[in-house]
Amino acid sequence: MCGIVGLLVKNQKMRSQLGELMLPMLIGMTDRGPDSAGLAVFGTPVPKNERKFNLYTADEDFNWQKLGHDFQAHLGNKADIALKVNHAVLTTSLEPTTVKVWLKDHYPQLHLLSVGQLMDVYKDTGTPAQVAARYDFQKLSGTHLVGHTRMATESAVTPQNAHPYTAGEDWCLVHNGSFSNPNSVRRMLQHKGIAFETDNDTEAACRFLEWRMREGDDLNTALHKGFEVLDGFYTLLMGTRDQLALVRDPFACKPAIVAEHDDYVAIASEYRSLAQLPDVKNAKLFEPMPEELYIWKV
Amino acid sequence: MESLDLHKITVRELNQYLHKEFPQKSDKKLEILNPDGVHSIAVGLDTEAEVDIKGHGGYYVGGHNKHAKITVHGNVGWGVAENMMSGQVRVKGFASESAGASGHGGTLIIEGDASLRCGISMKGIDIVVGGNVGNFSCFMAQAGRLVICGDAGDALGDSLYEAVIYVRGKVKSLGADAQEEPMTDADYAALKGLLDIAGFNHNPKEFKRIASAKTLYNWNADANQEY
Amino acid sequence: MSKKLVLEESAGFNRNVIEYIHRASATGLYEIRGIGAKRKLPHFDDLTFLAGSASRYPLEGYRERCTTKTILGTRFAKKPIELAIPITIAGMSFGALSANVKESLGRAATEMGTSTTTGDGGMTPEERNSSKTLVYQCLPSRYGFNPDDLRRADAIELVIGQGAKPGGGGMLLGQKVNPRVAGMRTLPVGVDQRSACRHPDWTGPDDLAIKVQELRELTDWEKPIYIKIGATRVFNDVKLAVHAGADVIVLDGMQGGTAATQTVFLEHIGIPTLAALRQAVEALEDMNMKDQVQLIISGGIRTGADVAKALAMGADAVAIGQGVLFSLGCNSETYVQNGQHISAEADYEALGTAPGFCHHCHTGKCPVGVTTQDAILEQRLQPDVASKRLRNYLKTLTMELTTVARACGKMNVHHLEREDLVALTIEAAAMANVPLAGTNWIPGARF
Repeated sequence: MCGIVGLLVKNQKMRSQLGELMLPMLIGMTDRGPDSAGLAVFGTPVPKNERKFNLYTADEDFNWQKLGHDFQAHLGNKADIALKVNHAVLTTSLEPTTVKVWLKDHYPQLHLLSVGQLMDVYKDTGTPAQVAARYDFQKLSGTHLVGHTRMATESAVTPQNAHPYTAGEDWCLVHNGSFSNPNSVRRMLQHKGIAFETDNDTEAACRFLEWRMREGDDLNTALHKGFEVLDGFYTLLMGTRDQLALVRDPFACKPAIVAEHDDYVAIASEYRSLAQLPDVKNAKLFEPMPEELYIWKV
Repeated sequence: MESLDLHKITVRELNQYLHKEFPQKSDKKLEILNPDGVHSIAVGLDTEAEVDIKGHGGYYVGGHNKHAKITVHGNVGWGVAENMMSGQVRVKGFASESAGASGHGGTLIIEGDASLRCGISMKGIDIVVGGNVGNFSCFMAQAGRLVICGDAGDALGDSLYEAVIYVRGKVKSLGADAQEEPMTDADYAALKGLLDIAGFNHNPKEFKRIASAKTLYNWNADANQEY
Repeated sequence: MSKKLVLEESAGFNRNVIEYIHRASATGLYEIRGIGAKRKLPHFDDLTFLAGSASRYPLEGYRERCTTKTILGTRFAKKPIELAIPITIAGMSFGALSANVKESLGRAATEMGTSTTTGDGGMTPEERNSSKTLVYQCLPSRYGFNPDDLRRADAIELVIGQGAKPGGGGMLLGQKVNPRVAGMRTLPVGVDQRSACRHPDWTGPDDLAIKVQELRELTDWEKPIYIKIGATRVFNDVKLAVHAGADVIVLDGMQGGTAATQTVFLEHIGIPTLAALRQAVEALEDMNMKDQVQLIISGGIRTGADVAKALAMGADAVAIGQGVLFSLGCNSETYVQNGQHISAEADYEALGTAPGFCHHCHTGKCPVGVTTQDAILEQRLQPDVASKRLRNYLKTLTMELTTVARACGKMNVHHLEREDLVALTIEAAAMANVPLAGTNWIPGARF
């Protein structure tokens, strides 16, 4: 059980304040999610032939320099590595598959959080305020982001079990609620060759959508198939290269509220998180209907 | 007009004041500023008073209200006026889920839309909604009346006992054991009374009556023979 | 010469199962009954104490004090509950039980310095006036729930579920919905009460946290908030209850009773009290909250030995429901009127049962006047007599508890610890996380 937040900044002049605007939204969801927090932010894309790999390690003394040297030595490519405490963004023009295989073979202790041109993902244990301070969320800039605060229901409290979950490139998902058949869904997908990192129920939904989109469904079709297959209570918020997407299950037992303003679109589990947004009293406030897909494009 | 600011005091301090000192005052009129979606504003009031909340409330605004008249100049979260015993709560914006849940008495007026499960488990409260209501409204409603000036979602009045629903707009679907019944003169009179309190200017003749078919009242009576 | 009678019963299709299939075929309905799970389950009987020895010195009875004082609700509440004994009376509804029973429970509890708990349907004046310490339940149905009773209560118990039927709601059949019960619950007289299994205004621990805050705001943060859970995913649920702000967690194992529910709930949903208690304690220790949040265990607590074992495993107190009703006369062959014992056997027979086997609480025709709303039957239980019986039972339990504690060298019953216990079966050892007697072996992984 958790809190979710989403923010899409339409006003180009405010994009440098994305993190500043989001921070009180995330902290406002601390009561709903005191165990861990995370977010995915979509910013300036790297060049078309390059990709960013967001990496996490539990070891704060990890030797990133050595990784950089090994990368160059084994793969003949100099990767750019940007660091924040125990989180690194590795940028390279090498094929993603090559990079992923190399990481798994040589640095299996690292957790690959995301792959993409625009998206960076941070997630860790701790209160939302602690996680935000650790990774300097306040300084983030970009067009849109998806954030989450976690109160673990069944699976463990670990960084890997925090949200967002990612699939493919520049695609992520956060979830408030509890799926009641995640284990069967996971087994079904594992039989189709899809790999799982955790036993978390949200990951089951994430990989299900990943599978459907890989099979050619658009997001709307994939989610409608999800209504049949995924059982339980959920508000799902997804981030892609250029949009935020939101859907609630038929019983709509987990809350959600949206504020649409000329300058931004903001989403949260409770209005409390939207109250400090600039000029929110002139925003259009509404609650999403169950079983409907809402999309906001950058 | 006395004014308390939730940017300056906590909701806990507010409620304790409303329970202890406020009822002793001669002129019980209060406005509450900067609610900003905080939960449990003005719960457990037990005095005749007028309370104006200037902004959006969180969950459970006016929960367990007795006697007081509360107006929210904005929207509210889940469970507005839940378990209300008497008095009145008016929401000028929209209400989130479970509005008036398990209310025993008094009147809840929502000028905008109410979300899912409006009037769930109600036990005598009257609820008047100016806009639409969401799915599962009046689920297991035992007593009281729900007036819907707009449309209703799916499963309206599922598992009703004796509560009555008056709906003006379209009903997406009726719940288990709910049925449409003809409006009587008594219904028209009751409905007019409720619309007047709410200040909604609709013609009662435009409304339908939904009530329990009562087929679930003793559904396992036959099995008694086996004991 | 007649043929020799050879009767070989099938274990899978025994007489009870054949009866179940016959009944289902005749009625097309599931069976509803009262009490709790009847089948044999690993329980406290499968544990035994390691008491005074050459290395542990017992305390003398009488002269060497053994304290039973118990405090519940220290985490947030301004006024925690102080009890003289760690044995409380579980939530049972007026409606399921008669008003005379509720009064008897209150009187005995007050005499023994412990608490009673309201049930589905709300608080009666009889119970509030007779019970010095009264815990007020907030259930999914919210029948009779109101702010005046909230303010009159000593603690509030927010019920997510109960051991007899985790995932199910309350049930009261039409024959027990008499005018008084109907009035309290805002139902038509004589109509079956349908059950809500979820609360109407919150779902999930994140929203539960907001509801708990509301209950605190309603009562100016004075009263402890208990959260009651039916034992299923105990390890996770206890952690979530702590996150949601519980002062006290009440955990009800599958042996827990009820006045009416489907047998499929009773026998096939939920886990045994022994396993539940172990997981709850582990969850609290894992969060380092064991000394801040108190734990009450219920579900088939019957004897002083059960109480002692529950405390040794880490509970702060127990709650008893069924045991208390048996004490008042449930399944007794006779009832007492004006000092005379009168046979009730004909009434048991009319229900198709006999003393020692009866589970017909749902019919409202309790032969001894316990689980009935019938004006004649309820007179078969007189509060003067019944409260004295219950007081005696609670006294016996307390004496057995202190006897065990003293034998283990404890001057305070809360000093009993799980290392004072060993198991007599492999299942109990695994479930309770104590070694099999005579060995150092605890079967299975940690959890």
